Amino acid sequence: MYVAVKGGEAAIDNAHRLLADRRRGDRSLPSVTIDQIVEQLALAVDRVMAEASLYDRALAALAVRQSRGDLIEAIFLLRAYRTTLPRFGSTVPVDTGKMNIERRISATYKDLPGGQVLGPTFDYTHRLLDPSLLTDEVVEEASRKEPLAGETTRVSDILATEGLIEADGVLPDDHLAGDLTREPLEFPMTRDLRLQALARGDEGFLLALGYSTQRGYGRNHPFVGEIRIGQVEVEMDVPELGFSVSLGRIQVTECQMVNQFKGSSKAPPQFTRGYGLVFGQSERKAMSMSLVDRALRAEELGEDIKAPAQDEEFVISHSDNVQATGFVEHLKLPHYVDFQAELGLVRKMRADIEGAQDNENASVQDAAE
Amino acid sequence: MAMQAQALSGGFHEPVYDSQAVFRLLMDGMARPGTVQTVSIDIGQPTPLGRAAGAIALTLCDADTPVWLQPAVAKSAAAEWIVFHTGATIIAEKAEARLAFLTAGSRPCSPGLFSAGTQEYPDRSTTLVIEVESFTSGKTMTLSGPGIKTPLTATVAGLPDIFLSFWADNRGLFPRGVDVILTAGDRLLCLPRTTTIA
Amino acid sequence: MTIPAPAISAAETNERQRVARLLAHATKQELQDAWDALAEKPVVKPVRGPETGLVMVRGRIGGGGAPFNLGEATVTRATVLLGSGTAGHAHALGTDKSKVRLAAVFDALWQDEPSRAFVENEILMPVEIRVAADDRRQAEETAATRVDFFTMVRGDD
Repeated sequence: MYVAVKGGEAAIDNAHRLLADRRRGDRSLPSVTIDQIVEQLALAVDRVMAEASLYDRALAALAVRQSRGDLIEAIFLLRAYRTTLPRFGSTVPVDTGKMNIERRISATYKDLPGGQVLGPTFDYTHRLLDPSLLTDEVVEEASRKEPLAGETTRVSDILATEGLIEADGVLPDDHLAGDLTREPLEFPMTRDLRLQALARGDEGFLLALGYSTQRGYGRNHPFVGEIRIGQVEVEMDVPELGFSVSLGRIQVTECQMVNQFKGSSKAPPQFTRGYGLVFGQSERKAMSMSLVDRALRAEELGEDIKAPAQDEEFVISHSDNVQATGFVEHLKLPHYVDFQAELGLVRKMRADIEGAQDNENASVQDAAE
Repeated sequence: MAMQAQALSGGFHEPVYDSQAVFRLLMDGMARPGTVQTVSIDIGQPTPLGRAAGAIALTLCDADTPVWLQPAVAKSAAAEWIVFHTGATIIAEKAEARLAFLTAGSRPCSPGLFSAGTQEYPDRSTTLVIEVESFTSGKTMTLSGPGIKTPLTATVAGLPDIFLSFWADNRGLFPRGVDVILTAGDRLLCLPRTTTIA
Repeated sequence: MTIPAPAISAAETNERQRVARLLAHATKQELQDAWDALAEKPVVKPVRGPETGLVMVRGRIGGGGAPFNLGEATVTRATVLLGSGTAGHAHALGTDKSKVRLAAVFDALWQDEPSRAFVENEILMPVEIRVAADDRRQAEETAATRVDFFTMVRGDD
């Protein structure tokens, strides 16, 4: 129970003023610009966009700046902002097969059409702090090389030719893609809704769950069939024109996890797949998402549900960090009346127990006498 | 050119303020069933939409609103106008519509085919916007129920007789049921499902 | 029921899509420079917007399966009517209203025969060249990170 408490207004105003002061920090240093955040803290911006479920680099950077780098706070700000905007419609599903590739690797095939393209990766760095970044040293331009011609075939299409891998996930023709921002969650849910929830889910939570499947809690024998990062064209049908138009491009990360599957009463032995698709460059998140997507298909594939990562209600109900932070952080709000009531209750229980013990002691004494 | 110029014209000049003003009229109208509210904003709606009906469309419809239109409305420029200005989808299935626009004068359609919501989600029902002739002459109806302190009289011209029996059936479904907004030119009168008509 | 699609040929649709795409990819500066270079400024009446909203970006399960909702993106749109009676529409990701308003004006100017060449030469062609150059640069930089495997001889001899 909450009661309205007055008297904090001046304290709150001054706290906000202090927050603004601390956000700005030492005035003798230049303040960080939105463009600098977009360009130089790009992966923080990407994480905010992915988990806020809103693609807009400038607004995400503004949120990072306003939140002093607290990314969950930034995600919260962006989620709040999106509720102020009308929705004009949905895009035509993006075609990741036609991506302008910035990175593409496969752990299952060494030689594949389009090749292994590393892109701007942290992999193979030695994780040694680089003192040259302490100062503003000139950075070399990237190397260049003649690109290969032709599209980069998706690894799942290569495996599909042998018939040993399941097809892309299909749902009945009349199924409309569910939208958890419009309808309340109901369990069990279809895979499209789960993927929407996972795509906006907390990276740390999904990483931990994905890790748990590798350690044996819902093991599903994963291989990275393919990870690709790049720009895809976004198109929307415009009724007043009668055709779809391009709105521009967005960057996404896609992970195709391929899982060896022994077969069950519901499906023959084959490779099954988990899918991850995330806004921006966010490989760890896309991989975690694909592991968890696969684990959550346990029911569909006739596997025993034993581990947390396979428990749809558990995973989806706790994957959203804005909901989670709201509920955890609300505990710090005034609970004075609740606590007074609890205090009274504990005092009474304590008195009852002590009273009972006194009576017992008295009766023991009586019997002894 | 893709769409008729008529469909591209009009709309709210100040979308935020204008939609809030119309929403306020609807809220007051629903809170006080039977009172007549007047829309004073010029929205340049194409016929056969009246100003009030057009303003309701602009205020309540967006890309997530499936809208059903009576054939007479669907064939007119009003259909494209609603789609262009609100992004709503025009659908053929009455039961899936959240909002339906009808004219009482044209061939009556069975109002029972619209969605009355479910027992768990009675709000998932269709709201019917029915264009009538006027609120100044015609049949009188006595309204009572929540939001009406003492039974009041509403005068409506152009509502078919079948409406009263439909409304009695609708009352019987409570908490399910459709809500109705009667419109006549720039005026509107709300009949939420809680209202009893005698 | 759906709104009947306007009766335009497939070729015309392709052309309109090409124009819309290049205008969406144009920067504010590119559009502004072309507007400044326009000798006779048309009379422009706003019809809708420019207004910013959201579009739900959809993906497909497994890359090619059933659609699912990935997340939203900001989008700004505008519809204008020129003095000639031609309507121009524009949509672009982001929140830049003045950019999208200009794009809608150029969409209409492109549809008007007398001003089409100007739009082609002053906007569409430069944007196409700039986008192709950006793509080329990015593709080359990426290509430099392609792994060229060579097999090491292993074994006893």
